Amino acid sequence: MSSEAWGEAWETVIGLEVHCELRTATKLFCGCPNSFGDEPNVNVCPVCLGLPGSLPVLNKQAVELALRIGAALHSRAQSSIFHRKNYFYPDMPKDYQISQYDVPINAGGWLELPSGKQVGIVRAHIEEDTGKTTHIGGGGRIHEAGYSLVDYNRAGVPLVEIVSAPDISSAEEAREYVEELRGILVATGASDGKMEEGSLRVDCNVSVRPAGSEELGTRCEIKNMNSLRSLGRAIAYEAARQVEVRAGGGEVQQETRHWDESEGRTHSMRSKEEAFDYRYFPEPDLVTLSPSEDWVATVRANLGVLPAERRRRVAKAARVPASSEPVSTVVRLGLDGFVAAAVEAEADAGLALRRLANEVAGELGDDGGHHLGREEFARLVSMEERGELTSAQARSVLKIMVAEGGGPEEVAGRLGFEAMGAGALEAVVEDVVVANPREWGRYAAGDDKLAGFFIGKVKAATGGNADLRAASELLRRRRAGQ
Amino acid sequence: MSGSPSGSGEGPAALSGLTSLSARAIAAGVRSGELSAAAVLEEHLARVERWEQQVHAFNLVTADAARARAAQVDAAVAAGEDPGLLAGVPVALKDLLCTRGVPTTCSSRILAGWCPPYDATVVKKMAAAGAIVIGKANMDEFAMGSSTEHSATGPTHNPHDLSRVPGGSSGGSAAAVAAGFSALALGSDTGGSIRQPAALCGVVGVKPTYGLVSRYGLVAFASSLDQIGPFARSVADAALALDVISGHDERDSTSLPGEHPSVASRLGRGAEDLRVGVIAELASAEGMAPDVSAAVTDAAEALAATGAKVEEVSVPSVRYGLSAYYMIAPAEASSNLARYDGVRYGLRRDGNDITEMYMSTRAAGFGPEVKRRIMLGTYALSAGYYDAYYGKAQKVRTLMIRDFDLAYSSFDVLLSPTSPTTAFPLGAKTADPLAMYLSDVCTIPSNLAGHPAVSIPFGAGEDGLPVGVQVLAPALGEPVMLQVAEALEAVAPRGEAR
Ligand SMILES: [Zn+2]
Repeated sequence: MSSEAWGEAWETVIGLEVHCELRTATKLFCGCPNSFGDEPNVNVCPVCLGLPGSLPVLNKQAVELALRIGAALHSRAQSSIFHRKNYFYPDMPKDYQISQYDVPINAGGWLELPSGKQVGIVRAHIEEDTGKTTHIGGGGRIHEAGYSLVDYNRAGVPLVEIVSAPDISSAEEAREYVEELRGILVATGASDGKMEEGSLRVDCNVSVRPAGSEELGTRCEIKNMNSLRSLGRAIAYEAARQVEVRAGGGEVQQETRHWDESEGRTHSMRSKEEAFDYRYFPEPDLVTLSPSEDWVATVRANLGVLPAERRRRVAKAARVPASSEPVSTVVRLGLDGFVAAAVEAEADAGLALRRLANEVAGELGDDGGHHLGREEFARLVSMEERGELTSAQARSVLKIMVAEGGGPEEVAGRLGFEAMGAGALEAVVEDVVVANPREWGRYAAGDDKLAGFFIGKVKAATGGNADLRAASELLRRRRAGQ
Repeated sequence: MSGSPSGSGEGPAALSGLTSLSARAIAAGVRSGELSAAAVLEEHLARVERWEQQVHAFNLVTADAARARAAQVDAAVAAGEDPGLLAGVPVALKDLLCTRGVPTTCSSRILAGWCPPYDATVVKKMAAAGAIVIGKANMDEFAMGSSTEHSATGPTHNPHDLSRVPGGSSGGSAAAVAAGFSALALGSDTGGSIRQPAALCGVVGVKPTYGLVSRYGLVAFASSLDQIGPFARSVADAALALDVISGHDERDSTSLPGEHPSVASRLGRGAEDLRVGVIAELASAEGMAPDVSAAVTDAAEALAATGAKVEEVSVPSVRYGLSAYYMIAPAEASSNLARYDGVRYGLRRDGNDITEMYMSTRAAGFGPEVKRRIMLGTYALSAGYYDAYYGKAQKVRTLMIRDFDLAYSSFDVLLSPTSPTTAFPLGAKTADPLAMYLSDVCTIPSNLAGHPAVSIPFGAGEDGLPVGVQVLAPALGEPVMLQVAEALEAVAPRGEAR
């Protein structure tokens, strides 16, 4: 069911919980390396294995990164404590998770989407990650598995969980939120932002309500989306499911639902009798975490430039709105340095922005990799601006520079692109005018629509190698009798 | 076997030869070369050989490792090195202190055979001071109990009367020191588990200020209450051991920062002019035996006779100590003991699925007292009950600290009985958990407040068995506390039945 099917009658209310693995050197409570992709169970010690008698000691770097995240989200840093969240699961060595609960390190705040909309942040707290269980047999579910293998390398890796207010109103906006948050987390150095490797994990709370109502409907928590695409699909599916339930007079059950990527649907994860009581209580093995005011102030002062500010800078250079699509694309992809290079070289920043958002963005590898040099890019923009390359030529050259590197002059030469000299172009324009006297008469009489006709003729006559802006300038001058 | 009370004759509590030496005397002799650590050890091992079967102080005697260690100590002395403050002193370690490569069981089936891959901080410190670990001492399972009867390896017997309990939960440690198996022992005290067995076995037992001794490597019972401390046959020896094991440890976040002055060097000053308050509510606590009450009165008078100013003082909230304790300790225990699930180490009983495996492992691995407390604690933390139980108990704790602070504004130390009774017969209270819990009514307040307290022997009860008197002090008040304890020790009646 698509959103159109239920039209204006219902609206979706979404809150997101994003778990971010912090890029610390060591784990949250011990000195084991925090690294991904090693042999199973090599990065372990008595503490992160929860061996009897071991005790946690809080990692200062993790606190620093959590404070950075809080500062970037305009949160209030406060004196905080840790709790134990008790439940049995084999990948949790102590059978409790040390997590912040009702007194988190970062409280409140907001995040600005590229559109300019602000999404409230409820909290951003510190907790430890669990290990990783692989169930062998039984369709990958713990209760039917033949046996299970547990890797504790990830157990005790520091996480910050960022909980948004239920301010998000569509699947698209949810994706924007996660992309923006990812940009912030990468910018602060807190995370590598890799959703596929699990260093960014998103759970979402979805409810629906009649459009315009202020009610907070019963929400379902959806887990197991491992890409932005599945996040969007899961929300769209779940919202439609809830609308169907409510429109049919039913009630939505508050529950946790599991997104099944291959089936494209969510399904109930836990039955009622398994409802958990986590028996939270303050972690007696840790003391109150009270970052000094100096520390918090230093973190804020050294925060660096965040995506929203980068968008403002690009927008200002290119003279376009900060909320425009090309601006957010370029900043999201980390290409804003190229705009700056164009400005530096006194090239047209607006043109640079368009080339980056269209051609360069489309040519980047899956990992965002490219071979484009900043100064070389700026020179290319200048060449196009001066008419030394037509826009079609410039686009071709740019694609090669992205894929292979090199300077624009050399690549253009290799492709046999020569700038059509002003004299040659003037001759082509003259030929076209002379060959079409009736059309010229109308154009000369003021019918500007005919300009397109002549440009088309010039384009055809030059095989696309003409600078069409220069051609229309020539037409205008000829009409003005210059 | 029964009778043979206190000291005289040839029972396990009658010491002679090298096994009657103090830790200080042994260390001094070994450091100066007058005594060999090997000879000291062999006499202790011979005593273990003679009496351990009746006493059962140990879950494991590590004779071979101890002999190797003693040889090292002697070699160091011969090479002109100083092996440390406890050179050649045999020590027993409660079997919940992690010892690298040596089984650490907490007297529980669920940890049978488990060998930690690391040493507890106190174990490292003892080794670094030249002490010789002679074995892992029996205890109530996971330190839950007051008689050392709740042990998967069977009960420890009181060396003063083998038909009686040694107290608990550190009963093995207390009995080892009383029986001359070791000159020192380490135990842990969550609600009295050092002081109460010390009282019942006629030895000195210290529960230090919370955070003074690192808990790293102490298998947790109730993390906010647990504290490691020494057993000895004199206050001076206990002070020496305390100096060795105390100090900040970066592996324990609750460990107190900074340097702490030596307590041993503060001894020998007497109690003159010190202000001593006798806690009214504990002197008349439920189940207090008249002979124990009388011993405390005698102790107070004896202190007054040496020049201390002794008065009665009220600490009203101590009456709620037992109730608060039996919310907080089981709550924390229910969480601390969750990890014994059969997945990674220790006992595993297979099941058809993971839940069945958890349930059958824990059903088989834990004894009844541990199960009882896990259930109590799980309930106390449950949604909807937290505020009424755990939350309220924490408030009692705050209240108690305030009451103690008030008392310490007028007194240097406080005095009370340690245990309401002398050692009771084996089996007398195992069927009645509440009666057993009452054994700790006088000791629990110090754990809730995080304050130090010491039990020292002060004469005997009507049955001829040892009576302990407790000296309490404010946080980090160990120096003045042990000063008063030493003054009491000097005037304590010895042995004879009241
Ligand atoms: Zn580790």
